[in-house]
Amino acid sequence: MDINFSDPALYNIYQKVANRERLDLEDGLVLYRSDDLTGVGRLADIERKRRYERNTFYVYNQHLNYTNVCINRCLFCGFSRDEGEEGAYTFSLNDIDEHIRSRLHEPVREVHVVGGLNPALPFSYYVDLLGLIRDLRPDATLKAFTAVEIDFISRIAGFGIKETLRELKRAGLAMMPGGGAEVLNERIHRSLYPKKIGPERWLEVIKAAHEMGITTNATMLYGHIETLKERVMHLIALRHLQDETGGITAFIPLSFHPEKTRLSHLPPNVGVDDLKTVAVSRLMLDNVPHIKAYWVMVTPGLAQVAMSFGADDLDGTIIEEKITHMAGAKTPKGISCNNMRNLILSGGFRPVERDAFYNCGIYNP
Amino acid sequence: MKDLLHGSRLSFEDAIDIYRNEDLLLTAARADAARRSLHPDGTVTYIIDRNINYTNICCSGCLFCAFFRPKGHPDAYIITREEITSKIEGTLALGGTQILLQGGMHPDLGLDYFEGLFRFIKENFPIHIHGLSPPEIHYLAAKETLSYKETLIRLKNAGLDSIPGGGAEILVDRIRAQVSPRKCSASAWLKVMETAHELGIRSTATMMFGHLESDEERIIHLFKIRDLQDRTGGFTAFIPWTFQPENTRLRLNKLTSVQYLKMLAVSRLVLDNIPNIQASWVTQGPKIGQIALHFGANDLGSTMIEENVVSAAGTSFNLRIDEIVRLIETAGFRPVQRYTLYRPVLKDKS
Repeated sequence: MDINFSDPALYNIYQKVANRERLDLEDGLVLYRSDDLTGVGRLADIERKRRYERNTFYVYNQHLNYTNVCINRCLFCGFSRDEGEEGAYTFSLNDIDEHIRSRLHEPVREVHVVGGLNPALPFSYYVDLLGLIRDLRPDATLKAFTAVEIDFISRIAGFGIKETLRELKRAGLAMMPGGGAEVLNERIHRSLYPKKIGPERWLEVIKAAHEMGITTNATMLYGHIETLKERVMHLIALRHLQDETGGITAFIPLSFHPEKTRLSHLPPNVGVDDLKTVAVSRLMLDNVPHIKAYWVMVTPGLAQVAMSFGADDLDGTIIEEKITHMAGAKTPKGISCNNMRNLILSGGFRPVERDAFYNCGIYNP
Repeated sequence: MKDLLHGSRLSFEDAIDIYRNEDLLLTAARADAARRSLHPDGTVTYIIDRNINYTNICCSGCLFCAFFRPKGHPDAYIITREEITSKIEGTLALGGTQILLQGGMHPDLGLDYFEGLFRFIKENFPIHIHGLSPPEIHYLAAKETLSYKETLIRLKNAGLDSIPGGGAEILVDRIRAQVSPRKCSASAWLKVMETAHELGIRSTATMMFGHLESDEERIIHLFKIRDLQDRTGGFTAFIPWTFQPENTRLRLNKLTSVQYLKMLAVSRLVLDNIPNIQASWVTQGPKIGQIALHFGANDLGSTMIEENVVSAAGTSFNLRIDEIVRLIETAGFRPVQRYTLYRPVLKDKS
């Protein structure tokens, strides 16, 4: 294969990639520190094309952020509010019923449910919410509640994690999103999200879900106070978990939006860092099937370029995204299926509509 | 495929083949290597300047334009001396070194107007006038029944320093007849530039793509620029940017980021005789503008203290100088403020 790098340090990693050897912490840092951006991208592209050739997946989905009332108040969050604070909201089951019904005419394949930790909501709320959506949308996959919410719900319920998950699964929970991992590091935990569950607990809850046959995604919120080493360590921690359980479907690097948060003194993330993070994720997470470029956070244009840097999934069409937009994102709130397909095609890839479990055949005759 | 790094020039057929078929990052890596060999010091330049549109009255009526107004329209204007004075003073106060002075093809503004305006600016301000794109010069020459050469000599004597490469759109008359029928022809655009270069007036060149042109016509455009540059050497930089369809009469989808980056990289490869390629963060946004620095661009263009033409079409990014510097640094380059002709601005650190 004819491959040239302007950064000679990349040849070593190329050898490892060619031989399907696992990359270590030092490799991750070499990739991050390289100024040969396209070289890093081409390495990730080898891994990506090995798995999916030129296919890029997307899902017709609906987001439901049921409350922004949250006791955690993490420093990087522009979404959460205290109970009674201006802008605070909590959807009643009737509100949720309306939200879901208003789009019943659309071919939604996945409903993504994430919210704050609102102590006023009883355990029955979560069970009823799932049951309601399952009944209204029996064909869509219900991907609900991050590990952080599951931990909180279990305390509301007075159950252990597994018992809580069993009840929620019975009510309709099919899969879990990967949020709340932030950066799996005690220093970051203490500085930015001290009230939220820490790295160990997050991994424990996700592992419990996997053991019960509930697959999940995983995320990393990057671009605030973390070091590059802390990022790569995060990826290695996820890789370790995945070696044990195999339950992570997709990894989604989340590009931090400081604007309307208490970290607003930090500058916004730049495109080079977004692309490198996608590429390093693809290369480090050799056991995670999918890497998503989340266009809501990185812009549709950057997500399109990210397909050449290791991303094989552009997430969803989404209409009601709130969390990133309340932090100041200027991206559109939704993207039509036609725009999504055009974005993928004109980026040089083949659009493949999927469901939450990456079943594709029925939507792509 | 010929190896660009070892001296052989890209043929038209190679360029088309690369543009259509080559893997995005392979083209990007080759463009990046070409950029490195032309600019081995790892710098990326930018200019602090202000875009001043002296009038928005224009009789050209191009389909892709959201800026122009007919005479008598409530929003129509011609800039006053007071306005231009305060804009230039503001530019100088921000460390600016250039004004980009462009406007519509206004039927009442003759050579006297521009000579008077340039003299006024030069007598009062130490600033570079990068002004009047070829369609404006062509229009002015026709109005005054002067040759390009006579027109340009008078403008130069009045204070015109260099010429922006606007109005090139796509240098193929089939396309110009559809999107800008009253604007000068492709050969007139090239002739104005050739004449200017012969008179020692340097210029940039642009390409606005993503409207009605074909792939081949985009590449033809690059080769017309390259051929002229072989003869004159007068182009300092090439600036490709994508058509911004919002608020215009062309109902088209905007080209996507990958389409922009691919064209940018191919431009770097084809235009081996033009030293600088500018990234257009104004049309692409800061993220893709930065990525472009790894796809062949070595200049982030203007800080755009004011930018009327593109923002009227819905694109408004307001990057301050600090942000431009940060984009360059976090992309792995050393930022250098430059003058219009790419000489570095030496900063007094005391």
